[in-house]
Amino acid sequence: MVQPRPAQTGTNGPASPSAKPPLSDDRAGQPGNHRQPEILTEILGPADIARTIDRIAHQILERNGERPVVLLGIPTRGVYLARRLAERLSAFAGHPTPVGALDITLYRDDLRLHPPRALEETAIPAGGVDDAIVVLVDDVLYSGRTIRAALDALRDHGRPAVVQLAVLVDRGHRQLPIRADYVGKNIPTAFGDDVAVHLTEIDDIDSVELARAVPSSVPKGES
Amino acid sequence: MTTTVRPIAPAALPATGPAPVRLPRHLLSAADLDRATAEHVLSTAERIEQAIAGREVRKLPTLRGRTVVNLFFEDSTRTRISFELAAKRLSADVITFSAKGSSVSKGESLKDTAWTLQAMGADAVVCRHSSSGAPHQLSAWVDGHVINAGDGTHEHPTQALLDAYTLRRHLGGLDGRRIVVVGDVLHSRVARSNVLLLSTLGAEVTLVAPPTLLPVGVQAWPVTVSYDLDAALVGADAVMMLRVQRERMSGAFFPTAREYSRSYGLDERRRALIAPHGIVLHPGPMNRGMEITPQVADGAGSVIVEQVANGVTVRMAVLYLLLSGEMSGGLA
Repeated sequence: MVQPRPAQTGTNGPASPSAKPPLSDDRAGQPGNHRQPEILTEILGPADIARTIDRIAHQILERNGERPVVLLGIPTRGVYLARRLAERLSAFAGHPTPVGALDITLYRDDLRLHPPRALEETAIPAGGVDDAIVVLVDDVLYSGRTIRAALDALRDHGRPAVVQLAVLVDRGHRQLPIRADYVGKNIPTAFGDDVAVHLTEIDDIDSVELARAVPSSVPKGES
Repeated sequence: MTTTVRPIAPAALPATGPAPVRLPRHLLSAADLDRATAEHVLSTAERIEQAIAGREVRKLPTLRGRTVVNLFFEDSTRTRISFELAAKRLSADVITFSAKGSSVSKGESLKDTAWTLQAMGADAVVCRHSSSGAPHQLSAWVDGHVINAGDGTHEHPTQALLDAYTLRRHLGGLDGRRIVVVGDVLHSRVARSNVLLLSTLGAEVTLVAPPTLLPVGVQAWPVTVSYDLDAALVGADAVMMLRVQRERMSGAFFPTAREYSRSYGLDERRRALIAPHGIVLHPGPMNRGMEITPQVADGAGSVIVEQVANGVTVRMAVLYLLLSGEMSGGLA
């Protein structure tokens, strides 16, 4: 699928000298922190997201066959995606799929660099993760540091037979040798961009948006 | 697909979620915590408990490479072990320093001890001292974060946090809950910290003690004071018994231990007066048979052992919140 570029972004890449520094983690891509106007492009709508989750569920089944899997979402939005995925998987496979949450905050490698983060839910399904096929689920794959932390956290919970990774969006710019097994959509991005995933469970809407700073050569509206 | 240009006026910049709640640089008094901060510590502790529940490896890599010094100028069993375990569970390096067997017994001053710690690069100093205000003084001399682990008859904020955590687990919220604190309030740092923290969290605190064991100025505290234990206990959500601190008593505060125990001890008859869902707390160490009978201490509704377990979790939360984000600037 061709990535449509808004007409305004004639120049590519980090838009202006005042563009904010690269985001250092996968979940900083929330809207609202911008100090300048930006161009929003909707990448996925509600129907696209539903189709994508269905497809990933089928891919997980195809890849793992009848072997049972355990889904672990990474808070915040990964948990909701994992629950949706588990619901689809259970429907397709005809038996329930265990689903849980794995908070990785205490395993981050940048704890000294940011103010203390609020911890999120951790809930490992009753069966545990020992010898299971664990699929980690997150919304956006970016630097890969969140997944690195998740792998460390998972190791402390047990010894899964296999660990796989499912993400709704892969936006590139990896800083670690990590890749996803199931990708909803690849989005080419620049460092200054934000990918914002909204899910109805907490955002009242299902959408994936790309936010790109307006280049400084473009008039900035009336503000 | 739709494309829109969204100009954002600086004034309209929305914050992503609530502003991060930050602990003060040092945890010296329960009064340093406002309601939002205290609740943030308690929910962080809840999350930590969740994260390590049922695990074989109960260790987190969060404070790898950081150094926590336990500086204990006064005897302690559970607080010292609790802080030590909390720091170790977060992978910090822990040095425990007791006044006995250190240069303090050769006459080294607190200031020289502080400089030694400073030179060794302690990221956090957990301090217990028999003089009220010693941790406060220490905080002016070291760069690391100072945590008050009990100073004289002044405060013991992490004990109050673990009590609040225990209460919250059993009672849900603390808003409007009636907590009765009984005994040697005069000498109790646990009582001072608890009164401050529990009232910050919305609980109604009643102090019950003989008049000789109430501090001067207690009228100004956010509490109700009573001398009648039976009346105060009726329908209470929780009762917290305080240890009678004989070692701090220089005069005669009550005629005999037996008389104290008759008027202010918790036995099974009195235990039955509190609400059916009510719980019994004691910060330890207990004088069994004095302020609390063994039947009550070990009976239904007693959460005394759980308090000790919760102490580790709550102290992990405090260490995590104090020691992360140091290089992010803007420390309050």
